[in-house]
Amino acid sequence: MADVQIMNGNQLIAEAALVAGCRFYAGYPITPSSEIPELLARRMPEVGGIFMQLEDEIASIVAAAAASYAGYKSMTASSGPGISLKQEGIGMACMMELPLVIVDVMRGGPSTGLPTRASQSDYMQTRWGTHGDHMIIAVAPGTLLECYTETIRAFNMAERYRTPVIILSDATLAHLSSGVTLPPRSALEIVERQQPTVDPANYRPYETSPTNPVPPLPNRENFPRYRFHMTGLNKDATGFPTENPASVQADENRMINKIMDYTGAIESFEHYQLDDAQVAVIAYGSNANAARVAIKEARSQGLKVGMFRPITVWPFPFQQVMELGRKFKHIIVSELNLGQMIHEVQRALQGRSELHGVLQAAGTPIRPQQILQKIREVSA
Amino acid sequence: MAFRCELRFAGVGGQGNMLAGTIIAETAILHEHRFATQVPTYTSQVRGGPTKADVIISDNHIEFPEATHLDFMLALDQRTYDMYKGDLKNHALVLIDDNLVRISARERDLWDVYGFPIIRTAKYEVGNVLTANILAVGMTVELTRVVDKEHVRKILQSRIRPALLEVNMKAFDMGIQAARALQLQKINQRAGTTLLAGQFVQAQDSSFVRESAPPT
Repeated sequence: MADVQIMNGNQLIAEAALVAGCRFYAGYPITPSSEIPELLARRMPEVGGIFMQLEDEIASIVAAAAASYAGYKSMTASSGPGISLKQEGIGMACMMELPLVIVDVMRGGPSTGLPTRASQSDYMQTRWGTHGDHMIIAVAPGTLLECYTETIRAFNMAERYRTPVIILSDATLAHLSSGVTLPPRSALEIVERQQPTVDPANYRPYETSPTNPVPPLPNRENFPRYRFHMTGLNKDATGFPTENPASVQADENRMINKIMDYTGAIESFEHYQLDDAQVAVIAYGSNANAARVAIKEARSQGLKVGMFRPITVWPFPFQQVMELGRKFKHIIVSELNLGQMIHEVQRALQGRSELHGVLQAAGTPIRPQQILQKIREVSA
Repeated sequence: MAFRCELRFAGVGGQGNMLAGTIIAETAILHEHRFATQVPTYTSQVRGGPTKADVIISDNHIEFPEATHLDFMLALDQRTYDMYKGDLKNHALVLIDDNLVRISARERDLWDVYGFPIIRTAKYEVGNVLTANILAVGMTVELTRVVDKEHVRKILQSRIRPALLEVNMKAFDMGIQAARALQLQKINQRAGTTLLAGQFVQAQDSSFVRESAPPT
């Protein structure tokens, strides 16, 4: 175990960002995410990148978006209260179609809430926090290793689909320290944004084709050669505002479809002991670890239980959950909030299964025993 | 059966309980090739708020890192002890600073309790109150044998800056001696003798002078 490193979830996200090619970080420190800027303040200059601590959360996301416009792979990190403030900037990045990674290390809320305590109560905010029709990609790592690998995947998807991607971590994962063996760099796929091939004079930042709904965007190297306009207003291919109904409708549709048409490549999930199971648990993030322990214990008592764990949590794995509805009479959703993903599950199940919740917003993690208790009730 | 041990280091912010947990977990991972996790819990009140570090050491991969069946707990604060003692298994080993934490007679029967004036000893006998956590690590290691103390020394050498290494090593050694003394005291109590821990330590090491014997 010579190559074991002892790190926490936040440090792994920060290191993974560098490996993914992130060379710009802008942020405002907030518990429980502060180890991310703490590490990047030191590491970013070492790799020739830029670290900026801004005056507030809004400035941070706008700076990170601007760096992405200038060709940088860019990231910001915060927690619930900061993500609330960043929503305007997230919407702007969605409209401008800027690749951007936003880390949300969830803590209790609303408002200042429980600064140091774990929660999963930003699940819906992630999807619907900013106004306007839009689609978002969000990933929820469940283990320390996934803090690393999912961050790299987040950057890859941000660049591939020209979109903000949110990493939904939580206080438990952020501050959990353990030994991790990182995959070799050679085993990692790093995606770069598609580059324009046209002459800079003819470049249009939202020029798409029927086969490619994601328009090319200059990287750091090419950016100085290209001049282009971006705005928060609805835009046409040139990047200038338009109110032409047909053009606006087509662009709104494309921005959704550039993600929804590729859910096969975006989705990621784990089936844990589902094959012979009679009851399915749905859990995500650090809370899925409690579910896993509960399932092991239940199985040792002869109860056939399994877990579906979404790793990509937005777009919601509608199809996958619909199929669970065909197979399972009882489905238990466990999350560290008073019920957020459970509503998406309910929508996907369309009344096929009986739905049960193990929900908690006490600032403490859900314990395996609580999920086991529900498994027993449901199995009886 | 595969080895598994759950430990909790509980006190108030500023006492170094997080670091105590980290040292034990790092020792297990880096020098004993076991799986280990450390999960801190603290309040937004940085100093003075109840804090705990949960450490799990296991031969198997640790799925859920929050301790739920404690084999050991260190308590350096009454309120934190009361908040977090509920996860202790029967016969678990409990180490308290007996100037700061009171344990009922019923709890003394339930658990294997060791009391020692950890903070006062660090302050007046080691000479630096900040070493209280390392003194506690020494006691923890000697009482539980959860990791090898020579391996802990290596971690201390790698983590503590040179200017503070000597005083921390002194605290660590003093913790080991104090734990030995308490164990012997317990053996003697059970055997019906009255030799006090302090006297034993003095007999072992003349440089170790306790202010008073722990309450018996």
